[in-house]
Amino acid sequence: MFLWFHKLGSPPHFYRIAGKWIPWLNWIFLLLLLAGLYGGLWLAPPDYQQGESYRIIFVHVPAAWMSLFIYVVMAVCGAVIIVWRMKLAEVVLISSAPIGASFTFLALVTGSLWGKPMWGTYWVWDARLTSELILLFLYLGVIGLHNAIDDKRTAARAVAILALVGVVNVPIIHYSVEWWHSLHQGASLTKFEKPSMPPSMYVPILIMALAFQVYYVLALFQKCRVELLRRERNSKWIEEL
Amino acid sequence: MSHRLSLTQAFVFLLRRDLLLALRNRAEYAMPLLFFVLVITLFPLALGASPELLARIAPGIVWVAALLAAMLSLDSIFRSDFEDGSLEQILLSAHPVAMLVLAKVCAHWLVTGLPLLLVAPLLAEMLGMPSEAQPTLLLTILIGTPILSLIGAIGVALTVGLRKGGIILSLLVLPLYVPVLIFAASATETAATGFDPSAQLYMLTAFLLFSVSLSPWATAAALRMSVS
Repeated sequence: MFLWFHKLGSPPHFYRIAGKWIPWLNWIFLLLLLAGLYGGLWLAPPDYQQGESYRIIFVHVPAAWMSLFIYVVMAVCGAVIIVWRMKLAEVVLISSAPIGASFTFLALVTGSLWGKPMWGTYWVWDARLTSELILLFLYLGVIGLHNAIDDKRTAARAVAILALVGVVNVPIIHYSVEWWHSLHQGASLTKFEKPSMPPSMYVPILIMALAFQVYYVLALFQKCRVELLRRERNSKWIEEL
Repeated sequence: MSHRLSLTQAFVFLLRRDLLLALRNRAEYAMPLLFFVLVITLFPLALGASPELLARIAPGIVWVAALLAAMLSLDSIFRSDFEDGSLEQILLSAHPVAMLVLAKVCAHWLVTGLPLLLVAPLLAEMLGMPSEAQPTLLLTILIGTPILSLIGAIGVALTVGLRKGGIILSLLVLPLYVPVLIFAASATETAATGFDPSAQLYMLTAFLLFSVSLSPWATAAALRMSVS
């Protein structure tokens, strides 16, 4: 197990494995996406209050989950970078940032499109919207800092520190903004309580969440492969490809 | 070397050195203060001089201006030391870097944060803030501005090696300032409406303790990265 993990950490090995997985992940993602969309857009009944327009949550909620999840992944990579200086973790951290930023942006856009018919406005300065917006800024900060430093290994260490500082701050920002003002509905799905919606609604959300996870891994693998090629362009294993 | 400094001595020495440097270079502490006053002057000009409006938004204005003034002055914490090489000496010293960083941050706060305390009552009066809110405003500045210096130090340490660190610095640091802004402004506003602001003040104090205990370590790690 440890050996497997160790091997996965070596760039040429990861490059090969990721290349093999990508076609499979493609199919799994496509299947999950179609299943989730079919369940969400056809099978699920319309909401008794919100009618058909609630259906955007099948994209919105999983995207919002992913935006937080990816930030945590980045912070974990950050810790790995600082402790073990693992090259692959650097690549994963850097490649995750744009994907996470896109999910955050997607959550914001779908949320405001939903807000127009429901709340009558695209944007309110509500707690969750605001903290999601700040999360987007944190992502952009990571991307910006990485671009600003020329030496990519130094840049990765800088970004690792930033991601760790950010992840300590995310809950603080979240709760302080929550305290400040909230209009958003409470969490729809929690682990411990019975969901406040019927299975025909929450099962598609879960399938979509899974599809987004697979998409994240898929996009991550592709980005990592490109980043590896760029960083290691002078090394021997790339010449052998 | 025959003479070795204890940690406390090193801390005090570094603090005194930074204060002395700031004292000899007046612009360093005058500029953020001037900027603070200028930004606050802009708000009535942009929003109109209606006294009710200004009194209502005064806590927010003062705090946004304090945030921007802190941003502007952050670069000076490590920039000159980085350029003349004394930062490397600090990193090489036998003492824990986090403590020395704390000394530098203290000096920075004494030079740029504390003066805000002196002009804030004047500006609050000019904006028509109710007088019962003014002690709270001063208290939030007293508790809040050290947090700004502490968090800002991490950002500066990350960007000090860059040629154009300034714009990146604001992108890194401003999102992290959000909780301070929220609680400080809300405490002052609560006091202005005649309620008890102690809940927000306790939260701010908690943030301060939290950042005093954690931020020097992150800053030290970031400095090692920047200098290497």
